[in-house]
Amino acid sequence: MFRRSFFVAALAALSASLIHSPLSAQSAKLRVGVEGSYPPFSQISPDGKLSGFDIDIANAICAEMKADCAFVQQEWDGMIPALNAKKFDMIVASMSITEERKKAVEFSDPYYDVPSRWVAKAGAFTEATPASLKGKTIVVLRNSPRAKWVQDTYKDSTVLLAGKEPEVYMELAAGRGDIAFGSSVVSGEAFLKKPEGKGFAQVGQPVRLDAGGGGVGIALRKADGELRERVNAALKAIKANGVYRTLQDKYFDFDISGG
Amino acid sequence: MDAPPVDWSVIFGALPNFWRGLQITLMLLAISMSSGLLLSIPLGVLRVSPRRWVSGSVWFYTYVIRGTPLLVQLFMIYFGLAQFEAVRESVAWPLLKSAWFCAWLAFTLNTTAYTTEIVAGALRATPPGELEAARSLGMGTAAIYRRILLPGALRRALPQYGNEVVMMMHATALASTVSIVELTRVARDVYSDHLLPAEAFGTVAVFYFVLTFTLVGIFKLLEQRYLAHLRPKQPERKAG
Repeated sequence: MFRRSFFVAALAALSASLIHSPLSAQSAKLRVGVEGSYPPFSQISPDGKLSGFDIDIANAICAEMKADCAFVQQEWDGMIPALNAKKFDMIVASMSITEERKKAVEFSDPYYDVPSRWVAKAGAFTEATPASLKGKTIVVLRNSPRAKWVQDTYKDSTVLLAGKEPEVYMELAAGRGDIAFGSSVVSGEAFLKKPEGKGFAQVGQPVRLDAGGGGVGIALRKADGELRERVNAALKAIKANGVYRTLQDKYFDFDISGG
Repeated sequence: MDAPPVDWSVIFGALPNFWRGLQITLMLLAISMSSGLLLSIPLGVLRVSPRRWVSGSVWFYTYVIRGTPLLVQLFMIYFGLAQFEAVRESVAWPLLKSAWFCAWLAFTLNTTAYTTEIVAGALRATPPGELEAARSLGMGTAAIYRRILLPGALRRALPQYGNEVVMMMHATALASTVSIVELTRVARDVYSDHLLPAEAFGTVAVFYFVLTFTLVGIFKLLEQRYLAHLRPKQPERKAG
């Protein structure tokens, strides 16, 4: 009898330590889901290090919250499911705030807000209306509000969906698409300023897709309301104390905060 | 706990997409396997050639292809070649521009390498007695290949070739990475649009499972028909 109860107690202690240790570690360590292929916001340098505006903002917020953060890299398609499966605790991956995503996750206040922009061979198009793009192939990032908007608005065009934002411009440069629609900052900084982007230019005016409130936020699990408040407070603090401004100026010569 | 319940209504709504994806998957498989088989038979014959430089060059091709992942081969053709202006301005570009052509080319090169080795192996396994008998009847090399070696080897290759077809069917999922909307792409889209991984991938797994067992069944029938002579004989009943 004694041996049996000892065994049960040992088992209980073991399972308790197994169940509780990740939880107690979790409260100390925050895991941040990032994407790594959205320059200049998120990229992996040749030596395997993550860098970019998303990464710097995440570090600044973690420092402000006095939290110990670890980055987890995740493919774009699986971001939200991975968050809800607790593979990490927040997503800092230039994720636009949309009504559809709000059904699955909670968003912080926007940490930046930039318009989208059309890019094509210089002189190929003067404007990007559904009529002028009729029968043409539009390249856009899969699983993004931009893709949804293009598919809904440009019904007479072919839509080529790329898996990552850099592939949007690879497909455009290769001639598989006639015109690309992407983040104005990614196309401006990571394509048009590079040798691959020679001979390409922006088409028409910047486009704002504001269905869902607009802007780019940090995504959190619905149940983590307390963490969301800490993140929002930290975001407010780094905007007030000039850290945000310093980080922005490291990458951009214009204001991306969206006011 | 706070996990959403399994939601099948989305899957029912997406079934037409899965159905179209299935057709694309079968089309990819059909075009790759038919061109692959057409190329593999002559290449298999060359692979067993007594001339070292002939068999050596075919070996080199199958060695390189079998030594690298199909996904890498597909990316080299689809993304890699597009990087060079010389390729983009060549006459081949209208073809290489198309995702379908790139997928077909990569799949064909890949399955040809494996099938060539299967055919070569089956040719080598020809019983020496059959060759001796053919020679004693005065058949030339061409006649021996046509009447003895190839008919026998292709039959013996059937079980292995059936495996190759199933493996290639699974490999068509890689076409989802180059913008072709086949079964896996449909599943990934359903998953990312509705955030239902279990339902989306579970459904597509059932599709692949049924496809696999259909293919296995077809090859079982072919084997019964063409490998009947290799089955153990039914014991003859003694009269009395």
